[in-house]
Amino acid sequence: MDFLSGVATRIFYAIILLLAVLVLNFTLIHLAPGDVVDTIAQSMGGADAEVLAKIRAEYGLDQPFIYQLSTYIGRVLSFDLGFSFYYNMPVTELILQRIPATLLLVITAQLLAMFVGVILGVISARRPNGVLSNFVTFFALFGYSAPVFWTGILLLITFSLNIQWFPVAGMRDVTVEGGAWVHFVDVLRHLVLPVISLASIFLALYSRLARATMLETLGSDYVRTAKAKGLPDHQVVYKHALKNALSPVITLAGLQFSAVVSGAVLVETVFSWPGLGTLAFQSILARDTPTILGILFFSALVVIVGNLVTDFVLRMVDPRMRAR
Amino acid sequence: MKHVVTNFLKATAITSILATGAVAQETPKMGGTLVTVMGSTPRVLNPAVQSGIVTGLVGAQLFAAPLRYDEGWNPQPYLAKSWEVSDDGLKVTLHLQENATFHDGEPIKSSDVAFSVKIIQEFHPFKSMFSPVTSVDTPDEHTAVLNLAHPHPALMLAMSGQLMSIIPEHIYGDGQDPKNHPRNNENVVGSGPFKLVEFVPGEHVIMERYDGFWEQGLPYLDKIVARIIPDSAARAIALENGEIHLSTFENQPTIVNRMSAAKGMNVSNDGYGGIGPIDWLAMNVTRGPLQDVRVRQAIAYAIDKNFILKAVMRGTAKDALTGVHPDSPLYNGDVNAYALDVDKANALLDEAGYGMNGGKRFDITLELVPFPGYKPQTEYIKQALSKVGINVTINATPDFPSWAKKMGTMDFDMSLDSVYNWGDPVIGVNRTYMSSNIAKGVWSNTQGYSNARVDELLAQAAEENDQAKRKALYAEFQQIVNEEVPIYYLNAVPMHTFYSDKIGNPPITGIWSTSSPMDRVWLKD
Repeated sequence: MDFLSGVATRIFYAIILLLAVLVLNFTLIHLAPGDVVDTIAQSMGGADAEVLAKIRAEYGLDQPFIYQLSTYIGRVLSFDLGFSFYYNMPVTELILQRIPATLLLVITAQLLAMFVGVILGVISARRPNGVLSNFVTFFALFGYSAPVFWTGILLLITFSLNIQWFPVAGMRDVTVEGGAWVHFVDVLRHLVLPVISLASIFLALYSRLARATMLETLGSDYVRTAKAKGLPDHQVVYKHALKNALSPVITLAGLQFSAVVSGAVLVETVFSWPGLGTLAFQSILARDTPTILGILFFSALVVIVGNLVTDFVLRMVDPRMRAR
Repeated sequence: MKHVVTNFLKATAITSILATGAVAQETPKMGGTLVTVMGSTPRVLNPAVQSGIVTGLVGAQLFAAPLRYDEGWNPQPYLAKSWEVSDDGLKVTLHLQENATFHDGEPIKSSDVAFSVKIIQEFHPFKSMFSPVTSVDTPDEHTAVLNLAHPHPALMLAMSGQLMSIIPEHIYGDGQDPKNHPRNNENVVGSGPFKLVEFVPGEHVIMERYDGFWEQGLPYLDKIVARIIPDSAARAIALENGEIHLSTFENQPTIVNRMSAAKGMNVSNDGYGGIGPIDWLAMNVTRGPLQDVRVRQAIAYAIDKNFILKAVMRGTAKDALTGVHPDSPLYNGDVNAYALDVDKANALLDEAGYGMNGGKRFDITLELVPFPGYKPQTEYIKQALSKVGINVTINATPDFPSWAKKMGTMDFDMSLDSVYNWGDPVIGVNRTYMSSNIAKGVWSNTQGYSNARVDELLAQAAEENDQAKRKALYAEFQQIVNEEVPIYYLNAVPMHTFYSDKIGNPPITGIWSTSSPMDRVWLKD
């Protein structure tokens, strides 16, 4: 019963927080100069004043701010995210169209970064001052500090232009004909470069964190005990130490779920990846309030779900968590 | 003035277009998938309710207009096989292709033309195109007569390109709002050479050949895939490695030069006259020192056009001296070019009463327009004006709406801007100079310029059907504006078409680039 009421309180707070975020952002967008009708005019190469006034009236943009805000919040409360002014379609439909591409990109990149990062971290933790460790540190910091659009363009020039292994842009080649397998391979080929660019930022975080926690764990008493028992080295490292060192890494991965929107914007732009990041960016530039707030709403949901998943995974990996 | 074009003339017109192309010896081949690219997702695919170049690229394939234009700015038959303008200029009669059908097989009738005109009048952003049209008569299924309140020469260009798309009444006349009609982006029933297969916003538009197109043997292509790639560097790489065959409206000098050097790639600046893009320095003539015409002239003399064209634009852009695009037959290049003359600029500023005071005359702001690639020109102007003692502060604007708001409400001193002619001056030029259009939002008369003679000239020219007289009126207009400098013209935006060696008859003939049908484009083996 305690547990249930705890969950209910958390959900209640989450809803209040979400509403506060929506109101705040609605206000912020409203305060920015210009509105979506200007962007619509831009997309049309200009428009006569009467046309602009007509569109403003139709979208209710000529109404007082409080009226616009309350109508919007009222609609959200009835689970209607509204209609995108700029894209001329329901926001929910628009977001659902884009979300698979982003999830594919971000999750693949996260898994890759986590997997490679942990391996690199462990390797360098075993010989903290070795050549390999220094190399890993350098490599990770380089990936972290290089701007992702620069890495992306560089990868494009190398692997799409000079060595033509991977396609330049988009998620699929519509001129490719064939069955499901052919299309799967096609998407995979398009995925490689964006994933590497995006993973290069996260890699540093994971490898540094894994290295630090591994160093700490390797110095702890039970590891010394395990070694004293005469267990083989790899068993000590991978079975005893690594399992304990993983908790912070998983927590970090959970926090990174917010990157679904933020981290992917640049990579999506460079590779014309049809995801949520580019949509969010373009909607902000276009002052397309319903779309921006809709994306915010969805990413908040993703973060909440992501946190739940993280909790769950932590409990699985670390028995100490289950006791709580 | 009677203008009748027979089928015979039409045939010769097509032959002559093919013959003037670079590939005169080659016979066009049927089939193939052309992959082209757009820089952003079109809001709407129906050009009757939305303008703009991305809507145009798709819209002009899906929907046909009555006319098309050749590179000499001569109207050619398209959906209208012939047309007449009555002697008093008040009736324009269109004779439609008799075997033309919409993509659902329904015949294209004169009532559809009447319906399309009504929708465009009500929903298209450019009101001036059809505002003089009082009614459309339909004496028979294949004849539409546009009745005009006064002679309206701009109508000819307004009936071509993407500007007058004929849409089916039986689809769009169902009572739903045409602007947000569900069939604008899905299950589109068009009148053009290609029909819509799939539109995925953010990814691509796929179109395929419409087998029932009235012109036998056209279009040549089986399919057109228009991909959406916002990043210009990514577009360039995709062109170089052959993923994309054709890209239009590319205007970044560095990329133009890179493509000129690329193997198997051709670069052309032709075919953009109708679009008519011009870069300029807008000056708010209603406040500060800019109210004085001598200050504005001094600014023009202080800027080295040669440096802009050769160094900043790297030789990719044509010069523009007036608000009419240099490719237009109405362009008047015989005006003051304001060749660099620092002494004269200084003298004019002294005369205007802005004496040099410790190396400085006055402060002024210059907005940095948030379009990609406009920073170098803006920074050069700041530096050039500092030489005559004008201290320029550059205001960076974060994004388009912020900038548009400043411009639309005339809350600026100077700004670079890029404005398109859209065919006839009545459509895209008048809006910048008419005193009745001051501060009516972005790309209106944001300079606050007002000159009674200019208003009169533009009003007369709008109704003058005699081409020679009309040209003279516009020549005088360009002369006056050039002298009063509410705007200093920088260059004709270096719009370029990049096309691979594989493309036959690329869309560089004509005046509308890819905002016109690609029915004659073909792919080599």
